Amino acid sequence: MVVMKMKFPFQKRVKLAQGLWLLSWLATVAGALTFTLGCILKTELRRRAEVMDNTEIHAVPNTLMIVGLASLGINYFAGRICQDALDATRFPRWKNVLKPYYGAACFFTALMLLAVIMSYAMKGNLEASLKIGLKNGIRFYKDTDTPGRCFQKQTIDRLQMDFQCCGNTDFKDWFEVQWISNRYLDFSSKEVKDRVKSNVDGRYLVDGVPFSCCNPSSPRPCIQYQLTNDTAHYNYEHRTEELNIYVRGCREALVNYYMGLMNTIGIGVLSVFMLQSSVLVSLRLLQTSMEAVVGQENVEVETEGYLLEKSVKETVMEYVDPVLKFLMLNQVADGEAAPSAPKGA
Amino acid sequence: MALMKMKFDLKKRVKLAQFVWFMYWFSVMAGVLVLSMGLFFKIELRKRSELMDNNESHFLPNLLILVGLLACGINAFGGKVCYDSLDPTKFAKWKPMLKPFLMACVGFNVLLFLTALLCFLMRIPLQFTLAEGLKNGMKFYKDTDTPGRCYMKRTLDLMQMEFRCCGNNNYRDWFEIQWVSNRYLDFSAKSVKDRIGSNVDGQYLMDGVPFSCCNPSSPRPCIQGQMTNNTAHYSYDHYTEELNVWKQGCREALLSYYGGLMNTIGALVLLVAVMIGLQYVNTSQSTLANPEDPESESEGWILEKTMKETFTDLMATMKSMGKGNQVQEGGAEVATVS
Repeated sequence: MVVMKMKFPFQKRVKLAQGLWLLSWLATVAGALTFTLGCILKTELRRRAEVMDNTEIHAVPNTLMIVGLASLGINYFAGRICQDALDATRFPRWKNVLKPYYGAACFFTALMLLAVIMSYAMKGNLEASLKIGLKNGIRFYKDTDTPGRCFQKQTIDRLQMDFQCCGNTDFKDWFEVQWISNRYLDFSSKEVKDRVKSNVDGRYLVDGVPFSCCNPSSPRPCIQYQLTNDTAHYNYEHRTEELNIYVRGCREALVNYYMGLMNTIGIGVLSVFMLQSSVLVSLRLLQTSMEAVVGQENVEVETEGYLLEKSVKETVMEYVDPVLKFLMLNQVADGEAAPSAPKGA
Repeated sequence: MALMKMKFDLKKRVKLAQFVWFMYWFSVMAGVLVLSMGLFFKIELRKRSELMDNNESHFLPNLLILVGLLACGINAFGGKVCYDSLDPTKFAKWKPMLKPFLMACVGFNVLLFLTALLCFLMRIPLQFTLAEGLKNGMKFYKDTDTPGRCYMKRTLDLMQMEFRCCGNNNYRDWFEIQWVSNRYLDFSAKSVKDRIGSNVDGQYLMDGVPFSCCNPSSPRPCIQGQMTNNTAHYSYDHYTEELNVWKQGCREALLSYYGGLMNTIGALVLLVAVMIGLQYVNTSQSTLANPEDPESESEGWILEKTMKETFTDLMATMKSMGKGNQVQEGGAEVATVS
């Protein structure tokens, strides 16, 4: 049973070829667009690479870039094939190339769809990576004199100001970490000694946050220190105060930002996927309808075009059979050898 | 003797016409670019209009937009004329309009040079506008409950963070005004009463700056309050401390931003002016070179006589216009006398 059989009179064939040529150029531009989108996403991920623990999420933009480049090639060849398709003398030279070409084209088109699915599936991965990265960033905030970590403070400060967020899950993360370096603590003062003694690890913990958590939209000058102490500040109640510092956590802010970016890119890539699929389907129909013309005297005869000669299941079996045969042959050979061995013994 | 006389055969004429047509379309693109730069400049000025004296002049961006539109129009028209110039029948209808069109081109070129000059000169009035505007802005920083000024705090904070600057000339400007609102001051506390009593106007002045002045590149957590008191902070010397808050004043930062923008726009406009000047040269040659018979060889020139002769001709025409009135009057007088 043939899949998607259609009749093609001569005029319809010509129209199909013309439409396909235009579509292939559009798809080439779309392929370049996919590559650009992949580059943009990769650049954005790299910008904040310091607060990410691993680079597994980079698989998404890498896939997009590969697919973009591949689709440039696929669509260029689609254009060339359809240009030659209406000319019966030039068409046969593409005969041998077509089967591997379709295989490669289908593979890369499927990869496009896979990239979009991956971008949604890897959200959990991204969140876990950010959780660890931000935790380390906050821990090493004070180490501005340690080589390799001296820019953590600047990175975290800029991140909090740009994304309007504070801390990892929320601003209370800063209460659990010593973010003021020992270089700036007067260990002879009583207050410092009390605080350091008050916890097991001997850390100087404060109920305060860095200045980068301050919200410029607050009507009053920023309250950074003694956040939980209502009496330390005039007319201040920390439970009802909303605009003083950013309440959102940076992990949530970054995940939202990147998911938003990947959603937008995903919509673009899905439309490119539709375009690419239509190019491949049209090319296959054109090819099969032209094959029927070859060898006939009257070139303008009506022919039939189809997608697959047999049904989907049979075509898949046709490809898979050689592989199975190879495997089964080994099994049959073993089976024959085994009975002979005991016989011999 | 004509200025820059050249012989043109058909092939050369065609090549010249094609080149000039291409240049005209390039200039239309340049006109669009000038238009978009004018729009961008206008938007940038409006974004920070709160920090300027509220009478900042939008003259320059409006002029740029006008010039951009004119450039597009004139060059598109020139391109159409050029396209038709090789076809004698079509060209005949454009021929009478040619001389005034070329005059208009010269005038437009002068306008472009003036605009470029203005771009470079606008820095000076902008400096005064910014000085006034920033001073007022800082005064109203604390008035987040006064309608009309309630966003001044946010605007100033965001501006100081974006442009990496603090205060008007430097951070000490914050020491001279009260930037903490009375709503958040405990007037029963002794420290508050002391500070207010210590100056004539009864303002709560402190040697501290808002958080938006803090520099993220500083190795230590930001010191905003008691900045001149070395003993209030461990291992701190305010004379040698460099990275704590931004050192640059906001007037200087904004001025260099807008100045750079205007320099770029001015340079671009100058380039466009030079290009259009070149086209005037080419067009004169290309269009004046077209005779009735398309295939024959012809001569082309920029000006029919030399520059000196053209100038004296122009002066003579103007003088004769003036004398015409006088001669008539003289004739009338003679008539009346006799």
